[in-house]
Amino acid sequence: MPSCTECSAPLSPPTDAVEGEIVPCPECGTELEIVGLDPVALALAPEVEEDWGE
Amino acid sequence: MNATVAMACSRVRVEEKLLLDAYARRGVEVRRVDPRALSLPLGGTHTDPTGTDPTPALQGVTVLHDRGISYGVSCHLLEALAARGIACVNTPDVVRTCGDKVLASLRLDEAGVPQPETRLAFSSEEALRLLDEELGYPAVLKPAVGSWGRLVARLNDRHAAEAVLEDREVLGSWPHRSLYLQALVAKPGRDLRVFVIDGEPVAAIWRHSDHWVTNTARGGSVSACAVEAELGELAVAAAAAVGGGILAVDLVEHPDRGLLVLEVNHGGEFRNSIEPTGVDLPGLMVDHVLAVAARTSAVLAGAATECA
Repeated sequence: MPSCTECSAPLSPPTDAVEGEIVPCPECGTELEIVGLDPVALALAPEVEEDWGE
Repeated sequence: MNATVAMACSRVRVEEKLLLDAYARRGVEVRRVDPRALSLPLGGTHTDPTGTDPTPALQGVTVLHDRGISYGVSCHLLEALAARGIACVNTPDVVRTCGDKVLASLRLDEAGVPQPETRLAFSSEEALRLLDEELGYPAVLKPAVGSWGRLVARLNDRHAAEAVLEDREVLGSWPHRSLYLQALVAKPGRDLRVFVIDGEPVAAIWRHSDHWVTNTARGGSVSACAVEAELGELAVAAAAAVGGGILAVDLVEHPDRGLLVLEVNHGGEFRNSIEPTGVDLPGLMVDHVLAVAARTSAVLAGAATECA
């Protein structure tokens, strides 16, 4: 099972997870980005930048 | 000739998952392109003599559906892809215009679309003069580039204006040298968003909030709104003014002037608008991209026939 890169808590990504999706750590709240699916790999999600939006 | 559709996005939000699902439901295999994993040749030939694209992720792509979260990245990415002959939805011009409130205001004004009283200044001194002598208080200072209501500041009086402007001057980066100022519209605790796809107003929502910022990203709630004549016509005019495509037009009710257009979003978020409106927004968006893809393929096929 993948774990949080910050606090090592175990995570269960959604079954329909896709690369680039953000999942919050249930323990510490850190936002993690799914960077691989087979096996699931997580990385600290990038911080929101000033030009981000809709 | 079959079109290969790609979707550009780095961060995958609920919206991008819904769009990917809509493509899948139509049996379309869409290629995801993450700009962070991409590099592009600028200048020189785009293909080698064997016809191989030097950027494998773009091999065979004829249409790109942009869902990038970064305005700066999308502007440059779409320009580079359009230069290679890839059709982009939305187009580079539309994205550049919508993402910059100054450009968007100019295009809306040219088209005669009503918007709040708006001024542009390049120094705190001139901004204060505009506020004191023309716009009055309260007013709103918005970053020319930005979204989700971030760094939008309500200037209730001169003291607030002096403080916020000094902050922008001292702490802000170069984009904050352009001071986009608007008279605050005393809206009735709500504003509107109309989704316009290929010139059609397909759905509308009210965005409610007790806060003067009603963005759903800031906690505003949503309910369905009928796309009645004036609202639909104004939203369509606003979308056309910035170049058309897949757009989310935000409007506000002015107590005297009626409906005014606040902004037009090129990458509108819609997760909260599907359930109250009952409109399959991701499906309609994907259908538009596929229609562009079909047209592009027909043009390419025609060109290939002429060359043969």
